[in-house]
Amino acid sequence: MKFDTVIIGGGLSGLTAGIELARAGRKTAIVSAGQSALHFSSGSMELLGYDAQGAPVEHPLEAVEALPDNHPYKLLGRERMEQLLARVEPLFSATGVKVSGTHERNHWRLTPVGEVKPAWLTIEDYLTLDTPDALPWKHVAVVNIEGFLDFFPRFLARGIERRHTTCHFASVTCDAIRHQRESTTEMRATNIARVVHGESVDQLAAALNAVVPEAEAILMPAVTGFDDFRASRRLRSLVKRPLYFMTTMGTSVPGVRSQIMMQKHFRQLGGAYMLGDTVVKGGYNADGTRLLNVETANFGSDRLEADHFIFAAGSFFSHGLNSTPTGVFEPVLGLDVEAPADRNLWFQKDIFKPQPYMRFGLATDRAMHAKKGGKVIDNIHVVGASLPGADALREGSGAGIALLTALDAADKILNRNINS
Amino acid sequence: MNYQQANISDNNFEKCTKCTVCTVYCPVTAVNPDYPGPKQAGPDGERYRLKKPLFYNEALKYCLNCKRCEVACPSNVKIGDIIQAARIKYSAGRPSLRDTMLASTDLMGSMATLAAPLVNGVLGLKPVKKIMDATLKIDCHRTFPKYAGEKFVTWYNRHARESQLALPHKVTYFHGCYVNYNNPQLGRDLLTVMNAVGYGVMLLEKERCCGVAKIANRLVKEATRDAKINLASITTAVDTHKAPVIATSSTCTFTMRDEYPHLLHLDNARVRSSIMLATKFIYELLEKGDIKLVFKPDFRMKVAYHTPCHMEKLGWTFYSTSILRMIPGVELTLLDSRCCGIAGTYGFKKENYAYSQAIGEPLFEQIAEVNPDLVATDCETCRWQIEMSTPYRVENPVTVLAMALDVDATRKANGL
Repeated sequence: MKFDTVIIGGGLSGLTAGIELARAGRKTAIVSAGQSALHFSSGSMELLGYDAQGAPVEHPLEAVEALPDNHPYKLLGRERMEQLLARVEPLFSATGVKVSGTHERNHWRLTPVGEVKPAWLTIEDYLTLDTPDALPWKHVAVVNIEGFLDFFPRFLARGIERRHTTCHFASVTCDAIRHQRESTTEMRATNIARVVHGESVDQLAAALNAVVPEAEAILMPAVTGFDDFRASRRLRSLVKRPLYFMTTMGTSVPGVRSQIMMQKHFRQLGGAYMLGDTVVKGGYNADGTRLLNVETANFGSDRLEADHFIFAAGSFFSHGLNSTPTGVFEPVLGLDVEAPADRNLWFQKDIFKPQPYMRFGLATDRAMHAKKGGKVIDNIHVVGASLPGADALREGSGAGIALLTALDAADKILNRNINS
Repeated sequence: MNYQQANISDNNFEKCTKCTVCTVYCPVTAVNPDYPGPKQAGPDGERYRLKKPLFYNEALKYCLNCKRCEVACPSNVKIGDIIQAARIKYSAGRPSLRDTMLASTDLMGSMATLAAPLVNGVLGLKPVKKIMDATLKIDCHRTFPKYAGEKFVTWYNRHARESQLALPHKVTYFHGCYVNYNNPQLGRDLLTVMNAVGYGVMLLEKERCCGVAKIANRLVKEATRDAKINLASITTAVDTHKAPVIATSSTCTFTMRDEYPHLLHLDNARVRSSIMLATKFIYELLEKGDIKLVFKPDFRMKVAYHTPCHMEKLGWTFYSTSILRMIPGVELTLLDSRCCGIAGTYGFKKENYAYSQAIGEPLFEQIAEVNPDLVATDCETCRWQIEMSTPYRVENPVTVLAMALDVDATRKANGL
């Protein structure tokens, strides 16, 4: 099969690059070995949340300078980052996902355990705060779903009350959720979201309107809007007070919904999304400087040929990287990795200390092309969590890296003049 | 020595990271709280069952073996296989008369085609449906597929066998029970298309049911017997014609490629890559430039493609949709990939009927929104489900291809 570009990995970075390329009319395929880490999204995305000392960052772009030299943001450079940042909000908007926030200045999001964290973009129905130390209300109701165990109102309340807002508790349900509660194991956020539509939304809205009259706003777990925003928007329109959703234990509703909506958008643009398939090997040109095709488990001898490949398979969590006690390696194409050979340098024994393995990734040149056997392969573009140099969890930079490097790779493939 | 990877079993269950992504895409979990969900029924439950078989939960019968959990799994755990293997190994009692009847598509088809008009008439009668509902627990709301008066193989032997030999190339066709007993037209459509591009269509020396229904109903011994006959015939065909064995059913294809080794423990490695869907075969020939298709200039059709679960698992939606998109007059909509709810014999059973329809509801709604002239899909039981549950006509992509093809012009373009 012939494509212009084949993308290995179908999460946030793979989909972003895929949408850009398909929108430009390029024949694009995404091969995704199962569903992605996007399924565990908090509802917010981060550009750069913390500096090297762990202090919150207010202006992300100003903190880029202090990052290590091989950090993806340093490879892009501040000017290029600014160009790309302007395209992120329209990209989500085109897929039907409304986000708020700006890269000029981080806002704050309330975590499900009552902490606040800096964030860049937050999905429309999630609470955002301008300052970390106060909520805009005197009284707020934390309303759980009856019998739902993946949400922890008391933790949340502790954080709210520390910010001088009185917290009230209530719980609500509807017929469809009561039916689902007969299962002892499957009452999860995404499963609830699959049954909450139509009449169930009306029932939940009526119940929410009746709880805690003195509360000025309601916070509830994100259990509505499985594959689009219809149910959550309708619920918010029927509830007479401001209503915000809180992250639950994963898999998360906003994450699954973003995945489904982006995937659908990519397909509507003519892209081929091959889910549940795995690249097993690559075919290179004679001197090993160009990847010509990849073989997958499902397509077998009918190899996927392309001019360009994007490596968006993620890091250890998504199996873009793997390790055995004797080494760190990239499991599908055997590309070079940036990681020390000595296992003792991979980690610190104190799990709460920064872990070196978090910064491992594929070895690349300054333009983020992959290497194999020390040679640059200039038609493999490495994006997102597969890139080395960032400790995305600690810095709060995962989504930013995924989005900006994916847009950058798409531009390179499209030969867009990146300075204009 | 990599001691971690040396301890991974065939179905990869040790690789489950408990992420629960599988449950997000399980069609049953969304409608039936009695089903423990793929994670609990699969890798979680397996840990217990390995310790003591009494941990086996009969609710695993609600799994419809769609394999969407496996497609979603980021860790390549064979969740569906774990569940089906557990049902086969631990479920108590013999399969019921009803399950045996529903699963014996070969036997029932052979008998029914002998008196097709009578059988079709009788199975459509309300009182008969009521009796089958009460005695056999086959849901009375279910419409039975119509049986054909003449089997595909009978037609082929009478009218087509001879002419296939004259064509320059050969390919073998696994027609399956559905084409043989219910829809011989699909088989004839395949011949129309393949013959027009210079391929004679051969049949297997001996063909039995692929066995999917028997596996689902725990008739493993019977399924294995059939599978062995199929594999022997397929091997002979591949060796004789140096060409693949193609099928028009995604489920038959999937079963022979993947369920034979995973659930029946039969080694098909030598022929596995030669078993494929007709649309894959045609697509590859077109891409290599070996054949050309010419379409009727006035053909117009709004088509919606439904991805059957086993097609999703095969990962070959691309082939069927690409072929449909090649037809200039076709306006194609790719429907969201989700289970239609019938899952072969599953939806015929009284205890599953309501769940089956609830699972399919979002698909039926989307089809109505698109309002196509025709729904195309590669699975016969999806066809029954969609035709019963919506007012839309459903056909295999090969039939659409045959309808759109200018046969004479195609023959000329291929030098015939």
